[in-house]
Amino acid sequence: MKKNISNWNNYPVVEAKEISFDTPKELALKLTHSSIPHGNGRCYGDASLYSDVVNTLRYDKVLAFDDTHGIITCQSGVLLSDLLQIIVPRGWFLPVTPGTKFITVGGAVASDVHGKNHHVDGSFSNHIVSMSVLTGTGETLVCSKTQNSDLFWATCGGMGLTGIILDVKFRLKHIHSSHIRQKQIKAENLDHVMELFNQNTESTYSVAWIDCLKSGKSFGRSILMLGEHAGTDETPSEKKLLAKEKSLLTVPFHFPSFVLNGFSVKVFNALFYAKNYKKEMDSVVHYDGFFYPLDSILEWNKIYGKKGFVQYQFVLPLETSREGLKNILTRINKMGMGSFLAVLKLFGHQDDLISFPMKGYTLALDFPIREGLFKFLDELDQVVADFGGRIYLSKDARMKKEIFWKTYPHAAEFQQIIKKYDPDNRFNSNLSQRLMLKV
Amino acid sequence: MEENVLILGAASDMAVGIARKFAAEGFSLTLAGRSMDRLKAIEADLKVRHNSNVSSVLFDALDFASHYNFYHSLPEKPDVVISVFGLLGDQEEAQADWKACQEILFSNYVGAVSILNVVANDFEKRKKGTIVGISSVAGERGRQSNYLYGSAKAGFTSYLSGLRNRLHKHGVHVMTVKPGFVKTRMIENLKTPGPLTATPKQVGEKIFKAVRSKADSIYVLPIWSPVMMVIRNIPEGIFKKLKL
Repeated sequence: MKKNISNWNNYPVVEAKEISFDTPKELALKLTHSSIPHGNGRCYGDASLYSDVVNTLRYDKVLAFDDTHGIITCQSGVLLSDLLQIIVPRGWFLPVTPGTKFITVGGAVASDVHGKNHHVDGSFSNHIVSMSVLTGTGETLVCSKTQNSDLFWATCGGMGLTGIILDVKFRLKHIHSSHIRQKQIKAENLDHVMELFNQNTESTYSVAWIDCLKSGKSFGRSILMLGEHAGTDETPSEKKLLAKEKSLLTVPFHFPSFVLNGFSVKVFNALFYAKNYKKEMDSVVHYDGFFYPLDSILEWNKIYGKKGFVQYQFVLPLETSREGLKNILTRINKMGMGSFLAVLKLFGHQDDLISFPMKGYTLALDFPIREGLFKFLDELDQVVADFGGRIYLSKDARMKKEIFWKTYPHAAEFQQIIKKYDPDNRFNSNLSQRLMLKV
Repeated sequence: MEENVLILGAASDMAVGIARKFAAEGFSLTLAGRSMDRLKAIEADLKVRHNSNVSSVLFDALDFASHYNFYHSLPEKPDVVISVFGLLGDQEEAQADWKACQEILFSNYVGAVSILNVVANDFEKRKKGTIVGISSVAGERGRQSNYLYGSAKAGFTSYLSGLRNRLHKHGVHVMTVKPGFVKTRMIENLKTPGPLTATPKQVGEKIFKAVRSKADSIYVLPIWSPVMMVIRNIPEGIFKKLKL
């Protein structure tokens, strides 16, 4: 039986047959069609969509936790939100976390996710001890940076194209408190926020919210958010190591598309900027509010309406970041294609096989789908490519294959490795078809 | 000492939801099922998540002759026994093929009766304990799309009500659970209406609460109560013409 599935941005919607599994043995027997693994559906695009998908959510057992050394081993379908419940009370935290905790560990590996600490701790793959993958040759192989390392690097950020990630063993980060010491600094414009990023590379966590619709003197005005894990003495003792579970609100239905327009986004942005009435604000907040502000509004994706939206995230090399960001923000500004959430971050160095990050600035934006958007994004792609940057595959549903091949320098090597581990194309996705990764 | 729960058919998604809730509430657990691989992964998970005492034992619901020895050689005598195993099967195949039909009847009814008889006799003697049977809304009225499964579950529901009647005076609590749709492997390729579909986690929480309050018979989602009332009350003359 087929059903319609889509990822978090409701675009595209694909008719798919879904299977699930408890044991690798069972999975091997059930994998009769070319398929792609699918976790909690929180990516923004078509990386985990295909006519046959392997849902990993039932493969969610935590197999071992060494709470002396902070090493956890789990099956790939477990959610980060579940892991936080287990590890935070025992004094540990995720080494790297994206902006939502509702993703699976397998998804974190396949996207090689990054967080607000990328410039200090790198991406998720940096913390993996080892993992096992059921490859297209039907074997279950253990891989790490030293064992089957080609498989390891093609699996980290490899969008599920090497096979099904089974068990993952990774290192955690030691914490004394579940709270974050946070500093918010207002930046008047783009140059200012870039200067602030440079001054604060020592901060463990840093990210900026940026207003894309301002022009003139306030072009690129932002709020930079910095954070450190708080110490034992900075949090009330009864709340010292407390994981949070409750959500506050659910968006009850898809908003009609007229709700989101240039005006409402401008109002939202103005309010967001104005809420910080001081230039600098310090506070101690729970990790949940610091890392996952949107998770408290369940199904927030519905504010973009039934047509869905796309998230557009690119990175530019450090040398071209300033010029490139100005160019792109000016275009967005002119189009009036605003975004509630435009998030700016300075990455640290990374040069892996197929992972997204590189040293430089990354900007992520949401665009509701409407006429003319895809043409506009094609133009942006060209600008990103011309400045030597690239687009994040986990958030991509529409990039042209030429752009991908031009901007991912190790794409050909990646393709060879997935061919080696999946010679018969038993794993395939809409993304791999679109980008001609499986031929 | 902590209370022990024995879960029969412990590798299913619903069973995992139930086990996690009882583990979170401080129970020790005995997981019983056919596949040691699956049980061991669930055992590890419960130990990591809740620091629980967990042991796994092999159990085959269809091997009736083994049930007495299985129960009496358990590492720990349970305080709560939850019978979760069952088989939806394929109605059309089972209509045509007795072997497939028999498997449905045995898995959902005969196997449960066989093992719970042993448990009931022990609890009666010990004058305590809770027996939870996972039956089904499908047992409330036979429908052409799944009446073999439904009739076995109807038998099981009757069995549980009889058992409750027999054991009440001995201080033993017997509870019938009719979960309705639950998002599990059993229905992974069925389209089920969202408001009527529970998660395994909700099943676990509801069952735990109902065990504590000594409920007799429950649905997991309250909406099923009016839904089933309507279904039970449609006159047979009309019901037989419906495509259900």
